[in-house]
Amino acid sequence: MGRKLLLDKAHIEGIRYYDTYRSNGGYTAAEKALKTLGPDGVLDEVKKSGLRGRGGAGFPTGMKWSFIAKPEGVPRYLVCNADESEPGTFKDRYLMEHIPHLLIEGLLISSFALGANSCYIYIRGEYAWIPEILEQAIAEAKNKGWLGKNILGTGYDLEIYVQRGAGAYICGEETALIESLEGKRGNPRIKPPFPAVKGLWQCPTVVNNVETLAAVVPIINIGGDEYIKFGTGKSTGTKLISACGNINKPGVYEIEMNISVEEFIFSDEYCGGIKNNKRLKACIPGGSSVPVLPANLLLKTAKGETRMMTYESLADGGFATGSMLGSGGFIVMDEDQCIVRNTLTFARFYHHESCGQCSPCREGTGWMKKVLHNIEYGKGKMSDIDLLWDIQRKIEGNTICPLGDAAAWPVAAAIRHFRDEFEWHVLNPDESQKRNYGIAHYADPIPVPAGA
Amino acid sequence: MAVVQFSEEKLNKVKEIVARYPQGKQKSALIPVLHLAQEAFGGWLSAETMDYVASLLQLEPIEVYEVATFYSMFNLKPVGTYMFEVCQTGPCMVSGSDQIIEYIKSKLGIGVGETTPDGLFTLKTVECLGACGYAPMMQLGKHYREHLTPAKVDEIIAECRAKANAN
Repeated sequence: MGRKLLLDKAHIEGIRYYDTYRSNGGYTAAEKALKTLGPDGVLDEVKKSGLRGRGGAGFPTGMKWSFIAKPEGVPRYLVCNADESEPGTFKDRYLMEHIPHLLIEGLLISSFALGANSCYIYIRGEYAWIPEILEQAIAEAKNKGWLGKNILGTGYDLEIYVQRGAGAYICGEETALIESLEGKRGNPRIKPPFPAVKGLWQCPTVVNNVETLAAVVPIINIGGDEYIKFGTGKSTGTKLISACGNINKPGVYEIEMNISVEEFIFSDEYCGGIKNNKRLKACIPGGSSVPVLPANLLLKTAKGETRMMTYESLADGGFATGSMLGSGGFIVMDEDQCIVRNTLTFARFYHHESCGQCSPCREGTGWMKKVLHNIEYGKGKMSDIDLLWDIQRKIEGNTICPLGDAAAWPVAAAIRHFRDEFEWHVLNPDESQKRNYGIAHYADPIPVPAGA
Repeated sequence: MAVVQFSEEKLNKVKEIVARYPQGKQKSALIPVLHLAQEAFGGWLSAETMDYVASLLQLEPIEVYEVATFYSMFNLKPVGTYMFEVCQTGPCMVSGSDQIIEYIKSKLGIGVGETTPDGLFTLKTVECLGACGYAPMMQLGKHYREHLTPAKVDEIIAECRAKANAN
């Protein structure tokens, strides 16, 4: 069994409530942080831990925190990004539903380290039942003296509020989230200034993902030096992976970042293999925006090395032959799945979610959707495949926020690795309406290139 | 047309929400208050409702319209009592959401975006709701209905009809 740091107590009955959480070691990290470590001590531990943002970008959390501006007399804010919307990702929901106090404790420690006296949890609007769970946990914590005025007699004050969004993927982007929290449309801001300097209401603000902030609790409990003993290289600690698609055991798994992709998919401890004894065709390992990989490149890198569930290994080979760990939204596709149709659903998703500020994204996502729709429904031309490639290339890197890139990458990767399937759709307009292309050669190991 | 006016209880809730933000930043309350208004006034936001929210929060009406039109959860026209919001994004699609959507269409005799003549059901397709491991799924009111099958859809429809009859 892999070691766990976040979900180790998730199975305990009643862990959702304060008393059970507390009697199982809850809030000891908060006590240690406030009474012993102090803000700088907490920051040191988080830096030592090598914790990287768990929302998708993987930016070092300690570094992000150290950027926060501290002008005299200006409030600072911590905003918890619970706008989980990346297709394939449902890990933060699990954490908030089952162990809300872990998040509240993480928010307390992190706000204390940043010198923030107000903290907002921005949660996607569709998770409509979760705010009550969080607000109950906040009320319990406040009642026990972990929130409010003069916490533990240290003179430190903190209030935590829950804010619901209303259906907009873009609000997971931190500056769009801030705009939304200010009561506006979720249009990302041009950076700089970064939120660490001018964020919520133009005040210094840190925005972190739910899982990132929850991970601060075990880091303080065991110390940054112990935390790096979990995982591999720069992928320290554990990561929540939400696994879905054609597998026997979809769900949320906490993995230590030292297992192989093959083990994650096929072992009974995790996904339990492909459903209905089908063959593995492809996988999107880190949420819909990261490149899809065919089975052969998923299990081994182009160099023939075992692909591991780490930031580095999943990215090995760059976008030519690799992908990304991203948000940990792990989407598995079996031999019966159609790559064109799957890519179409993502193109439709990004078109729907584009905020419309930048022309390449607003127009380009719509064009990609239309072209993919034509190919999928037997009305495509061979030149459409090159047209798609051209559009995605013109979106990538030409927008204010990364939604443009996120829309471009899945299309690029699908064409890069599955071009024959697109061509088959174009050449067989009638047959492609009746059956799927199948698995072709993707399950076979690829030959090791000479000199690799 | 009924007068657009929150109950005392809802007005207190608005005050409580506004108090979460610094002085003068009551615009931040807009999205939470629009949620309250949509719940209170028939599941959608009419121009009158939006104007009312604007006056409550001392905003220009345009500030409310531009937000209400941006977010997909705000309905700008009337919807059925029970709205089936079925996810159709990749992970749900590979788990059979296309078939579920077709089944609901045939069962209710309506297309996507339509409401049954009795005003009970609206079918809407939505993009990823974060329930990919429990696909196919839909949102029904405040909660998710997951691991959908045709039989489960039948049960949900029957459950809604029974609830409507009881009211």
